[in-house]
Amino acid sequence: MSDEYKDNKLETKSADSSSGGYAPPAEHIPAKENAEQELYHAKSFWTKWVFCQDAKIIGVQYALTATAIGMIGLVLSWGMRLQLGFPETFSFLGPATYYQSVTMHGMIMVIYLLTALFLGGFGNYLIPLMVGARDMVFPYVNMVSFWMFLIAVLVLIASFFVPGGPTGAGWTLYPPQAIMPGTPGSEMGIVLMLISLSLFVIGFTMGGLNYVITILQSRTRGMTLMRMPLTIWGIFTATILALLAFPALFVACIMMTLDNLLGTSFFMPEIFSMGEKLDYAGGSPILFQHLFWFFGHPEVYIVALPAFGIVSDLISVHARKNVFGYRMMVWAIVIIGALSFIVWAHHMYVSGMNPWFGFFFATTTLIIAVPTAIKVYNWVLTLWRGNIHLTIPMLFSLGFIVTFVNGGITGLFLGNVIIDIPLSDTYFVVAHFHMVMGIAPLMVVFGAIYHWYPLITGYHLNQTLGKIHFWVTFVGAYAIYFPMHYLGFIGVPRRYYEMYDSPYMTSGVGLNQFITVAALIVGFTQILFLYNIFTSWYKGEKSERNPWKANSLEWHTADYPPTHGNFGKELPVVYRWPYDFSVPGSDKEYIPQDVPPSQVPTAKAEQT
Amino acid sequence: MSKKELNIFKLLSQKPWEADQAAIDNEHDGQTLDLSKAKLGVRTIMVVSTVIFSLFVVSYSDRMLVHDWRSLSEPWLLWINTIILIFTSFVFHKAKVLSDKNELEKAKNYLLLVGFLTFAFITGQLLVWQHYVNIGQYVSTNPANAFFYLFTALHGLHILGGLFFWARATTKLFTKNFNVLKIRQAIELCAIYWHFLLIVWFVLFGLMIAT
Repeated sequence: MSDEYKDNKLETKSADSSSGGYAPPAEHIPAKENAEQELYHAKSFWTKWVFCQDAKIIGVQYALTATAIGMIGLVLSWGMRLQLGFPETFSFLGPATYYQSVTMHGMIMVIYLLTALFLGGFGNYLIPLMVGARDMVFPYVNMVSFWMFLIAVLVLIASFFVPGGPTGAGWTLYPPQAIMPGTPGSEMGIVLMLISLSLFVIGFTMGGLNYVITILQSRTRGMTLMRMPLTIWGIFTATILALLAFPALFVACIMMTLDNLLGTSFFMPEIFSMGEKLDYAGGSPILFQHLFWFFGHPEVYIVALPAFGIVSDLISVHARKNVFGYRMMVWAIVIIGALSFIVWAHHMYVSGMNPWFGFFFATTTLIIAVPTAIKVYNWVLTLWRGNIHLTIPMLFSLGFIVTFVNGGITGLFLGNVIIDIPLSDTYFVVAHFHMVMGIAPLMVVFGAIYHWYPLITGYHLNQTLGKIHFWVTFVGAYAIYFPMHYLGFIGVPRRYYEMYDSPYMTSGVGLNQFITVAALIVGFTQILFLYNIFTSWYKGEKSERNPWKANSLEWHTADYPPTHGNFGKELPVVYRWPYDFSVPGSDKEYIPQDVPPSQVPTAKAEQT
Repeated sequence: MSKKELNIFKLLSQKPWEADQAAIDNEHDGQTLDLSKAKLGVRTIMVVSTVIFSLFVVSYSDRMLVHDWRSLSEPWLLWINTIILIFTSFVFHKAKVLSDKNELEKAKNYLLLVGFLTFAFITGQLLVWQHYVNIGQYVSTNPANAFFYLFTALHGLHILGGLFFWARATTKLFTKNFNVLKIRQAIELCAIYWHFLLIVWFVLFGLMIAT
């Protein structure tokens, strides 16, 4: 790769103004206060592709690692479903294996797949491009962040191979059972899990530092905060949440590791095991729950907010309309982020808390419904009378809205203490959180990959495979999780290895089999999607520049796909927000962010 | 263009699509805060560390209410360590003032003194650990002990992290291979970080002697 930036963009601009008799008023370009960033130019294969300091490649590294571990999470879910649908059929699925699958599936999907994919993957790839920066502010730290993540993933994988296997304590890792004999993986599995999580937090903090400071301080000229695409707002707020919430997980992990290895009693109460009194005394398991959920609830929004942001952009671009209520969308993101820190105990209604405590948390939880509902209305109103192109990103966005509304409404039930208590240990909860933070964000992930894949590789993904992928995933997700609501209502408890001849299960047996078959089909479709990603990379349909006719800066780089340094000789100057689609008075259907007013003299201010 | 938008409510109520606002926005240089990136980075780290230590303090306050809590008696060595740490902060401040005056040669000596004092502090903390081990106060003996070891270990780790950046700055000063502005900033940021860790120590130590 050459170290010089191509300056064809600059030439086209000057050519525009010199040709023809009409001389547009010279644009006033503000002084550049940000010093030009010194970039590390890779010299060898190793520094270019492996120990790489280019945020775009780090983003792809993050995404591939997250996907790889996510596939393990997917296979684990098959194990669970096979056991639940067809108990006593598969000899390799004992109770221990089942609980280990549940635990590792949950942890992998929430943290190592979704968090890493949204913030590490999309964050790294999109932030510098969308805000008009050459790279992240601390590229070296950014590289270390990825390697910490990779080590965390490797430690997690290593726990599958230690004596006793990975931990089976449930993804919440509640003490005392997580470190007590009798729980699968209480020997080495839990220790490796805690170490892996701590490494993940350290690695993430390095990455998060980059995302926040790049967005705050390293934007290009003219890019005010309120001109940023909502994708960046979502990632920005989610990163702040993560920087403040992950410490709670870190603290909890450290104290539980000490309880396990050194015999301290931070979380361990006085306890008898096998008729013998253990050395533990006085610790509070509830304290762990508070710490865990002080992290765990913001974590939901760490996953959801980038999804909110990305889907707003996808809907706007593919419906050729500005986002309805941009400011309200930003406010909603910020308010949801703030509220997410005072709702954590709604995960603990059944922990024996003071009823007034639960009352407080139920109130705050239900207040979150307000900004969330605003967002949903605004997505729908963005679509209203829009020029909707039913492209695959749009299909996934629509799928997201429906799924998110569904999961959100069941959330209203569970947010109320009195309804949560009978439902909290049933499949209703499983259905709720998979809809709202499993399927809904994944819909956005898929939509975003179909949307930005041409930017990353220069090729389109195969459309037929994409449509199959969407329909099977969308319909299949409902085939899996809709029946689970019903299972919850009839009282089928979650987390159980097997229901045997329980009277609860009379009408649930067939449903469970149906869900299992659907889960297998949906799972295999994801393999089709991966096949699509890898084959399109070298024999896909070549994408022209800016195939979706989007306005944001990442599509308007000097090279397409963007190369090291992102932009040409000069960083772009931004003159508008990224939602100038079908602007009244303008002869252009869309006006990219870096087009100065003089080039579109007739465009009027757009009402929103 | 040094005046930055600091009022978040004002900022969030901008209407980016309107012509008046666009004229203002076009003049924006793309920076939100009038701070260098490194400084903002150190501040972010300090915020994250503060959250970590606060959560430990909360856990401490929760755990100490249980009847099996037996407070530790602090040895006098801990007071000496505290004084060393205060003195280190003073010296670091002096080094920062000197480097601001561009007297880097003098600042170099102060930086070395900082390193010496910091290592003395860490050694002192290890001696306190040894003292407790000798009198049979192990980490699992009592929750108060567990928190004591945990607090000192985490605080020490933070200091070791700071020493890494201190070492980078100091070696650069010795090899004479540096950019004056960058080295000044490095010294300033390290000094801020040392003051921060001093405050953290005050809070942790204060908590432990008060309870």
